[in-house]
Amino acid sequence: MATEVGTIQRTALFEQHEAAGAKMVEFAGFALPMYYRGIVEEHKLVRSSAGLFDVSHMGEFLVSGPGALSTLERLLTNRVDTLREGGVRLSFMCYETGGIVDDLLVYRLDDGFMLVVNGANREKDFEWIREHLDDGTDLRDASDETALIAIQGPTSEEALAAIADGDLSDMGFYRHGRLAVAGLPVLVSRTGYTGEDGFEIYCGPDEAPVIWVALLDAGERLGVRPVGLGARDTLRLEMGYCLYGNDMDEKRTPVEVGLMWITKLDKDEFIGRDAIAKARDDGPAERIVGFEIVGRGVPRPHHRIFAGGSDVGEVTSGTFSPSLGRGIGLGYVASGVSGELSIEIRGRMVAARTTTLPFYRDGSVKRRK
Amino acid sequence: MDDKDLRFTKSHEWVRSEGDEVVVGLSDYAQGELGDIVFIELPEVGRTAAKDEGLTTLESVKSVSEILAPLSGEIVDVNEVLEDDPGTVNTDPYGDGWILRMKLADVGELDDLMTAAEYEEHIKG
Repeated sequence: MATEVGTIQRTALFEQHEAAGAKMVEFAGFALPMYYRGIVEEHKLVRSSAGLFDVSHMGEFLVSGPGALSTLERLLTNRVDTLREGGVRLSFMCYETGGIVDDLLVYRLDDGFMLVVNGANREKDFEWIREHLDDGTDLRDASDETALIAIQGPTSEEALAAIADGDLSDMGFYRHGRLAVAGLPVLVSRTGYTGEDGFEIYCGPDEAPVIWVALLDAGERLGVRPVGLGARDTLRLEMGYCLYGNDMDEKRTPVEVGLMWITKLDKDEFIGRDAIAKARDDGPAERIVGFEIVGRGVPRPHHRIFAGGSDVGEVTSGTFSPSLGRGIGLGYVASGVSGELSIEIRGRMVAARTTTLPFYRDGSVKRRK
Repeated sequence: MDDKDLRFTKSHEWVRSEGDEVVVGLSDYAQGELGDIVFIELPEVGRTAAKDEGLTTLESVKSVSEILAPLSGEIVDVNEVLEDDPGTVNTDPYGDGWILRMKLADVGELDDLMTAAEYEEHIKG
């Protein structure tokens, strides 16, 4: 959701961020907090108690009508027909080339579907979907009237339960429901992007500040504090989650990204299916790998990756992992490359090695699966 | 902020003059912009550098920043504590978070640097 101010938009929680002394940055066209107190502290807070995130830059589309299901079955790589009301599913949306338009969440509502897309891709995605609507399908961009608050961390359920009606412990991972939070009717899902147990709360712009403050008050004794985008990025990267624009784009197919579990080649025809099936059968020239730095240094996007003295690829995401205390990253390397690597960091070769994902294995989300 | 005796560069290094030597660090403003510092590559003692030459890099979670030689001279000491505890630059930028010590080639170059008041204006601008 947004109020336009020049070219940088403000979310419904802008005043809360300013009052809390957040270091603000522009992201996906919005002014959002990079951090409030420090990325490392906020990261560790989410791993140990819980953090509150303003992710209102995300886009929300409503798809309804008799043609909605067939439209989404054809647009998305994952199955939509088996998604029941109350369920949430992760999917790609691809071009005919197999390249990725976006990764998104599909919510099955009682009267249709909600798609939650990356904020930076909102207009592109909307146009792509609009061009591929089956007859009898209504598409509406609800982003401007929707704020999104995420609470993530092991104490999330207790903190949210303190101000919500209904029993949150009944809500499974990747399930959603309508309930009252701080007395306001909202849509809540047990989803997130951190590897921790947690919830995402979809509400109106006027309701967002009320819920934000209520969660901070109710969560104070549980260690709940606001957390910025900086920690959101280090948290997702510790889980090996790919970020659109960094680790995938219109030139990469799901085969290279390594997320074939959300790409159902055995379902009916969908856009990109033939190209993705061919990429799988041919074997991709490059694949994404996770790696950790053995020595000292922090990998960053566009650093070159070497193996056995040869340039084999490029870093697409990299950071210092607060949980592991060393540099970690994702990057594309020639298929078959694994084991010892070197990352060229400002002219210096730094030893690294490929690792299985996730980098961080102790997240509370596992207990919900 | 006890920085009125310090001199500053446009690239956010601070300098404390001690005879013909200076202690060099990163300004409080710059450490705040950089965020949590996680690695520092300290330069070699004995190296000579011209003013504005790159001496070392500070790596934070989010980005990387280079420390430039604020003045010409020879590096005579580095703060080895930062090897293991680079976050000291964040917590005490003008004290225990000092980065290195230089012996100046030309003490007169000190006059080219900004006073604390001038630096305040610089970061506001």
